[in-house]
Amino acid sequence: MPVLLGVGCFGSWESTGYHELMIRPLLTGLATTFRYMFKPKVTVNYPEQKVPVFPKYRGKQVLMRDENGLEKCVACGLCSVACPADAIYLEPAENDGTVLAGPRYAKVYQIHNTRCIFCGFCEEACPVSAIFMGKDYELAVYSKDEFIWDKHDLLVPPPAGATPPALAVS
Amino acid sequence: MPELRTETMTVNMGPQHPSTHGVLRIVLELDGEVIQSVMPTIGYLHTGIEKTAEQKKWQQVVPLVERMDYLGAQSNSLAYALSVEKLLGLEIPQRVTDIRVLIAELQRIASHLGWLGTHGLEIGAVSMLFYAMRERELLMNINELVAGFRFFPSYIRIGGLREDLPRGFHEAVTAFLDRFPAKIDEFEGLLTKNDMFRRRTEGVGVISQDDALAWGLLGPIARAAGSDYDVRRYFPYLSYDRYDFTVPTATEGDVFARYRVRVAEMRQSVGICRQAIARITPSGPWACDDPRVVPPPKDKVYTEMEALIQHFLIYSQGFTVPAGDGYVPVEGPRGEHGAYVVSDGTNRPWRIKMRAPSLMAIQALPVLARGGLIADLVAVIGSADVVMGDCDR
Repeated sequence: MPVLLGVGCFGSWESTGYHELMIRPLLTGLATTFRYMFKPKVTVNYPEQKVPVFPKYRGKQVLMRDENGLEKCVACGLCSVACPADAIYLEPAENDGTVLAGPRYAKVYQIHNTRCIFCGFCEEACPVSAIFMGKDYELAVYSKDEFIWDKHDLLVPPPAGATPPALAVS
Repeated sequence: MPELRTETMTVNMGPQHPSTHGVLRIVLELDGEVIQSVMPTIGYLHTGIEKTAEQKKWQQVVPLVERMDYLGAQSNSLAYALSVEKLLGLEIPQRVTDIRVLIAELQRIASHLGWLGTHGLEIGAVSMLFYAMRERELLMNINELVAGFRFFPSYIRIGGLREDLPRGFHEAVTAFLDRFPAKIDEFEGLLTKNDMFRRRTEGVGVISQDDALAWGLLGPIARAAGSDYDVRRYFPYLSYDRYDFTVPTATEGDVFARYRVRVAEMRQSVGICRQAIARITPSGPWACDDPRVVPPPKDKVYTEMEALIQHFLIYSQGFTVPAGDGYVPVEGPRGEHGAYVVSDGTNRPWRIKMRAPSLMAIQALPVLARGGLIADLVAVIGSADVVMGDCDR
């Protein structure tokens, strides 16, 4: 009769007292689990409860405004050049005075959600502290068109009463 | 009675198998339950990071290389930064070196915890995953505290660090180090003294020391087989020669020996972290003072024209690295880890080649698994601690 491989492993099951050997680790495991039932929980019910993020957290970028409500970005393009993932596209433009921005601003400012690796190089590179890594990390969208964040998504809303430069001068 | 059929059977495992650590595909040739041959197929997670890095400026490569070995992210950036700094000939302040030692050892603990949890889970100790991930969460929190990113902090930069340590760093690390040894005891109580775990792992996937070294498994796998090769000991980088630690070894070369070596490494890492945190002053330099490589501080950029020009130069053109090649190996969580960096004297790397310990471990899988049972293959893959991102790059 051919010897079947593998049978030998289980042949000595009864004789070596495997049953006794298995009970102790089982009790150790159950005791460990049982001990943790009376300790504070380390998990949170995520969508309802949220873990606070640390101050340096690098989430979705935010484009800042200055104290007059004008866009800080001067469209130098250093963030776009520093970006390791080539995720930033911007088009500079001269401000004719009707936009809440400085004399030179970014007419188009886009960050590609799926390209961005949240390394924070844009924040480090910005010489006018216009872009910051925000705290928003819930970035799922329903459509692929929403993967591109433009100024509408990134720019903080203007404060009440902020006026464009041309109107402020006159 | 019909003739008993005796031909071998070919079984495909992966690339979507839950216990192949990512997208590893293995073609097995089985004789009954005994593995006749193992053929790993790699490339399912090929990201082309090495090639992409050739288009990037030197400092832009740091967050990219971290995404190779995603469980030991800062081991990648450390190896890369050390190699480039060797080419540049930079003098790194001692405080930065000590912080890097601390970061590297915390990363080793985090990676070993990820391995321990998944390895236990695959063998059947499901709750190990929860306990290991719970501890790893604290290390992720330290990463987030330090640099704002949990997995890929890109805190280690060429020429130093991203920024100074934040307030509360010492407290967070000390709290973890105080808590962690008791947790290792708990893990060992659940696994090392567990007869079921030992019967799944002892004598399984045995490799001899000569085979391990011949297959390039320089790391925990070779140390579990009797070698004492540790880069930190043999080629001290980052002033590891000033730290007091032992290199854990075992002689059996089986899955259980690898488990014991890695757990002992975690204990040693805790000791190194304690020494490092005692040496790190709360404030001090966080980068070298070479203005070619390290951008000026932000407050100077906002106020001084020279600093602004230098800032623009570094972020737009980068810096040039003298032509030549450099390789500084580091002891990563999976073994000797290094970036062979070739420069042609421009502001972009000409070639970056990572020595990936996971690739070595995967190519040695046939040696580790041949002749064993198919049920043990999962234990063998787990003990090899492969990360497919590291392997495919």
